[in-house]
Order: sequence, then C-alpha cells, then structure tokens
Amino acid sequence: MAYSFPEEVLEHVFSFLTSDKDRNAVCLVCKSWYEIERWCRRRIFVGNCYAVSPEIVIRRFPEVRAVEIKGKPHFADFNLVPEGWGAYVYPWVAAMSAAYPLLEEIKLKRMVVTDESLELISKSFKNFKVLVLSSCEGFTTDGLASIAANCRNLRELDLRESEVEDLSGHWLSHFPDNYTSLVSLNISCLGSEVSFSALERLVARSPNLRTLRLNRAVPLEKLPNLLRRAPQLVELGTGAYSAEIRSDTYSNLAEAFSACKQLKGLSGFWDVVPSYLPAMLHVCSGITSLNLSYATIQSPDLVQLVTQCRNLQRLWVLDYIEDSGLEALAASCKDLQELRVFPSDPFGAVPNVSLTEQGLVSVSEGCPKLQSVLYFCRQMSNAALVAIARNRPKLIRFRLCILEPRVPDYLTLEPLDTGFGAIVENCKELRRLSLSGLLTDRVFKYIGTHAKKLEMLSIAFAGDSDLGLHHVLSGCESLRKLEIRDCPFGDKALLANAAKLETMRSLWMSSCSVSYGACKLLGQKLPRLNVEVIDERGPPDSRPESCPVERLYVYRTVSGRRVDMPGFVWTMDEDASLRFS
Amino acid sequence: MMSGGNAAPPEQEYPGGLKTDLTLALPGGAETPKPPAKRGFSDTADLKLGCSCEDEASAVTQPPPPKAQVVGWPPVRSYRKNMMMKIGKFVKVAVDGAPYLRKVDLELYTSYQELLAALEAMFACLTICNVVNERKIMDSTNGKEEYVPTYEDKDGDWMLVGDVPWKMFVESCKRLRLMKSSEAVGLAPKSTSSKGSSTK
Repeated sequence: MAYSFPEEVLEHVFSFLTSDKDRNAVCLVCKSWYEIERWCRRRIFVGNCYAVSPEIVIRRFPEVRAVEIKGKPHFADFNLVPEGWGAYVYPWVAAMSAAYPLLEEIKLKRMVVTDESLELISKSFKNFKVLVLSSCEGFTTDGLASIAANCRNLRELDLRESEVEDLSGHWLSHFPDNYTSLVSLNISCLGSEVSFSALERLVARSPNLRTLRLNRAVPLEKLPNLLRRAPQLVELGTGAYSAEIRSDTYSNLAEAFSACKQLKGLSGFWDVVPSYLPAMLHVCSGITSLNLSYATIQSPDLVQLVTQCRNLQRLWVLDYIEDSGLEALAASCKDLQELRVFPSDPFGAVPNVSLTEQGLVSVSEGCPKLQSVLYFCRQMSNAALVAIARNRPKLIRFRLCILEPRVPDYLTLEPLDTGFGAIVENCKELRRLSLSGLLTDRVFKYIGTHAKKLEMLSIAFAGDSDLGLHHVLSGCESLRKLEIRDCPFGDKALLANAAKLETMRSLWMSSCSVSYGACKLLGQKLPRLNVEVIDERGPPDSRPESCPVERLYVYRTVSGRRVDMPGFVWTMDEDASLRFS
Repeated sequence: MMSGGNAAPPEQEYPGGLKTDLTLALPGGAETPKPPAKRGFSDTADLKLGCSCEDEASAVTQPPPPKAQVVGWPPVRSYRKNMMMKIGKFVKVAVDGAPYLRKVDLELYTSYQELLAALEAMFACLTICNVVNERKIMDSTNGKEEYVPTYEDKDGDWMLVGDVPWKMFVESCKRLRLMKSSEAVGLAPKSTSSKGSSTK
C-alpha cells in the first residue's frame, strides 16, 4: 500500500477496540500500528502485579486512564499465603501519580493498600472517578476519609470484601457538602457504624446513585430513610435485616421498597427476622441478582422469597435452601445463569441440612441457561455429575466442593473420575473447574484430553502420581492458572512441562512433593519465570535438595525477581547456587 | 510415581509430553526418596511438613485424627467465615514493648479466668498477673517481667481488668493493654462505686 491512513484515523478505529486481546493483536501488525496503539490505550489489566513493573507499563502506555491490578494468588483467600507475602500497591500508585495525572480508575484485587496509598491516590488524580478494592487489606477508615475529602469527581467507591481497620465512622462526613456525583457505594465490609446522618445526607444529594451496599451496622428501621431518598436505586445491599417486630417499622419498610421501581439486585440480609421479608415481595419480580449468602433464613421463608424472583439470573445462597428449595428454584427461575451454594456449617462433622447432589441435579435439569456453578455439599455421585454434564453442556464455570477431602462416590464407593470426566467431555466451553472428592490420575487424563478451553483449574487432595499433573500441563492448551494443594505431584511432571509454565499466568503448589532441587533447576533454566519457594521452616538450603518445599509459586514475568520479598520467600534463579553456597 | 535418580529422560515416560532437555539430576547421587504416602489430616493440619528425606524408611502415614481441621479447607474465605460468625466483640490487645497487636473476641469467654487463660496462651512468653485473685500487683519474680491486664473503657479511662462484673466489662471494654507491672502503679483496683453505675 503506497498510502496508509493518517494516524488520527487509525487511532479513531482503534478506539473501538475494547478487548486487550484485540489491541495486542493490533500491536503486532507493524511498528507504526504498535506506536499508534500504545499512545491510545486507555485501560490496563495486570493479572499479576509481579509480572510487570509499573515503570515498564508506564513507558509503553503513557496515556492510561484506568488500571486494574491483581496481587496475591487465589489460595491466599484460604490462608495458604502467609502474612507479609507482598502485593503492595504503593509502588504502583507512586509511579502512576507522576505519570498518569489524568488517571480515573483504579481496581485492585488481593492487594495490600495502605492509608498512605489512598491518600496519594486522593491527591494525585484530579479526575479520579472509580476505586474498587476487592479482598484488599492494610488500610483504615482514615484512608477512606482522604478519598472522601479529596476526590471531587468520585463516582464509585467499592470496598467489597476488604479488611478495613475501623477507626471511626466519621470518614463518611469528609465528603464535602457540594459533592453530588456518587453513583456507587459499597461499604458492606465495614465492621462498625458509619455516621448515619452523614450517610443520609450523602444519599440525599446523590441523584445518580445506583448502587448502595450498606454494612451490617445500619439498622433496618433506618433503611426506609435511605430508600426514600434514593428510589432510583438499581442495586441495594441491606444492613442487618432485623428489628423488633412493629407494624409501623414494617409498613415504613414496605412502602419504601415499593417506591423503588428499578431494583435489580439485592444483597446484605444479615441476621434476618423472617417476618420482615414480605416487605420486599413487591420488588422481587424485577430482581435479577440475589445474594442471600449471609442470610440465615430457612424454608419456607427462604424458598418463598427465592421463588418470587421469577427473573432471577444470579443466586448466591446458603445450603439452608436444601434440595427441596433448589427443586422449587429450578421450577420457578428459568433464567438462572449462576448458582452459588455456600455451607452454613463447613466444619461440622455431621450434616445440618438436607442438601445433597440432588439439588444441583434439579437445577441442572430445570434451568436451561445455567452456566456458572459453585456448590458446597457433603456427598456426590458419578451418576449425578454425568447427569449434570449431559443436562448442561454449555457450562462455563463448575466448582464443586465436597466438604470432606477424598470422599468417593457415595453410591458406588468409586472415585469421581468418571463424573468429572463427563463434565469436561460434555462441557466444551468450560473455562473454570474446581475438583474435589476422591480422584485418581484418570480424571486428569480426561481433563488433559477434553478440557481444551479450560483456563483455571483448582485441585486439592487428588491424584496418585506425577502422571496426573503431566496430563494437565501437557493437555490443557488454554490453561492460565493452576493451583494445587496436597497432591502427590512432584518433580518429574513439572520439569517435563517446564516450558508450559511460560504460557501461563501462574502455578501454585502447596503441600505437594516438589523438591528444592527441582525448584532450583526450574529457576535456573527458565529465566522468564519467577520460581518462588515459600517456606516457613527456614532457608531451603538448610535441608537436603531432595526435600519437598512447603509452597511453590511460579509465574511468568518481564521484570525479573521481586525486590520486596519477605524472609520466608526465596527466588530460584541463576544466582541461586551462588547465593546459597 | 517417582523412580530412582537414574530414571529415563522424561519424554520416554510421558509420551506426548513436551520435549525438554531438562533432567532431574540430583547432586551426590542420592536416591530419590519415595514420595510421602497420602497425607493424613494431621500432616496437613500442621504445615511444617516433616521432611521425608530425614527417615530412611518411606514416610509413615498417620491415621487421620477424629476431626482435625486442615488449614484452608474447606475453601471458605476468611471474610465469609468472619461474617457468618456472630458479630462478636473484637478488641485489640497491645503488649507493652511488643510490636505486634492481636485481637480477641470477648464474646468467646464467660469469665475473667477464661479471658486471662486465653491471653496467656496467646502471649505464651509472658506471665500475666491474675489481678482478679491477687489483691495487689506482684513484683516481678524470677527476673521475668510481669504484665498486668488493663483495659480502656467507653469513657476512655484505663482500668485494671477485673474491676467490674464480667458482662459489664465486655460491654464497656474498647481495647486491652498488657502493661508492664512496673508501670501499672497508678492503677490500683478502684472501688466499683463510680464505675458501677448501670450502663446499658
């Protein structure tokens, strides 16, 4: 082509490309497209904060407006990553405060965020609009006060499931009186009371408020005060759903709910007093997302509520719903796409509810759009899994957690290999899978053979030998994240498939049989991986090379070894042998 | 199954696997130990893995104890676990001279005895004066510093633990501090008259 489009035209065309995959493809076409694209990329997603440094990101993409960063490995949610491991956001914020004055959005997951970071954010970005802190920790309400006081254009403040140190409920009062741009506020994770009058005034002056998720400490009697000031709400998270039973409280609540004609999502519901549930019934027909996973309500109240929501697409609920409730759900909610059933008594030795594999089978039969499942239960059979797989071949996410490790098919006492095999064979679009129950290497053969679109796999207490791991690493072409605990997988499969690790985001292995020697070898041979040993017993070289490491975290990176490792993390690299001599 | 140190190169054992020139060559020609047999719960409950290379014999499988809790299993997030518990009454516990803070849930205990026992377990290296039974604060004995449990109440005053009835204490306690007994001079147990007024 003798002539090409002017830069502005190309830039305009690229602005329609929102997916990173597409933009990355554009960059590979030619140098000038690479250059044009990098100047107009506005959104960055960093799946592992240690895979790249802020400096590298800033150098390549100078005009970013929105950043999303993830930190700790997923198993940190279950206390498998010790305190102080890392994932500090401060270096990112410090670098961006200089380089991206126009930054508008920061979304973080599993990162350590300090008050200092929050203050720096609040003072560095004049047009800051969105702050989402998902499962983060390290900050207090003082940090929130800085955000409230300084971010004049803030639209979203979402603290979902973060651990916040509650110093005072007065941080909310730091939003100035002329601040009116709030669209979304999620403070459900805060332990203590926020100043209710400040909250009320804030809601009253936020005409664009769409999402309001309160914390447990907001009493039910006061909820109508907020709803009346925000009838345009689309998503509501209640506080504690309990109060003394009084007819005026009830009628206030019912009236306030009936004025909310746009509600689509409900959550909260701590400490439910069932008598107050009917106050909500009018909004149920519009509800598409319902999170009752903290609500200790049982049948019949629970089932009545759920089945009233005929347009439900997403349901998170405790196992109080039982098989009978799930059957009713399957009959009423034909649009259901996502179901999560959490355990009410995960550590109890005996079942406290009548929830079995049957409930999940019913939902798989009755809900044609079901694509995403997280199910905690105490028993499972191959027959049930096969039925589920055949009923719902379009499943995308299937996470099954049988509470007791290594439990076989309760009918036949066989391993659950066949059942999970059916899942991967039938559900060709499966992207995420979590296994549980008694499983041999066979299940991994099925997974390696069939699960070609699988991106994330979680394995615990499963398999017999390295062959299992080898099947997964050699067969799962789309695998990005693999997390394994308590499996007899060791050096052979890992080393035989070492190159595969460069095509993945990360591998986590804890309480397996990977030796220190193998870790060193891996680190030495593959410089583009960080091979990190986490061992609280002390330096790995104080034990024989054949000794298994406690935990191993391997991830690809373009910025070399971490510089902020705590004392219990060692990087295996070319220098390892020198440093340990 | 891991074979001995002179195993055939990986691609022969795993047909179809990626070819790699990596081999597992262990220094010193040591025998590759057999992998530990399936772990019993007690092995996993304590993440300090007994190193299998320390024994000559293969690792011993211990029978799973009755209901040992395995770390991080079932995979319920701590956030969720905390939310599912009753609200509880968590207060910070600071120890003079120690950089770390702990938290205790006062609602887990029904008496001062239980609380002090828990604090002793938590800070096992300290000796905590049991001011409930002893009328005065003991001087340090054996050269070991003793600590006196104190708390900050709703009014912001620092009091000796044990002054008021247990339930009243749980209600009014905002945080705990284990004070070095040498510094706790001004906090002789008060009479309950002024603080004994009913608090809701």
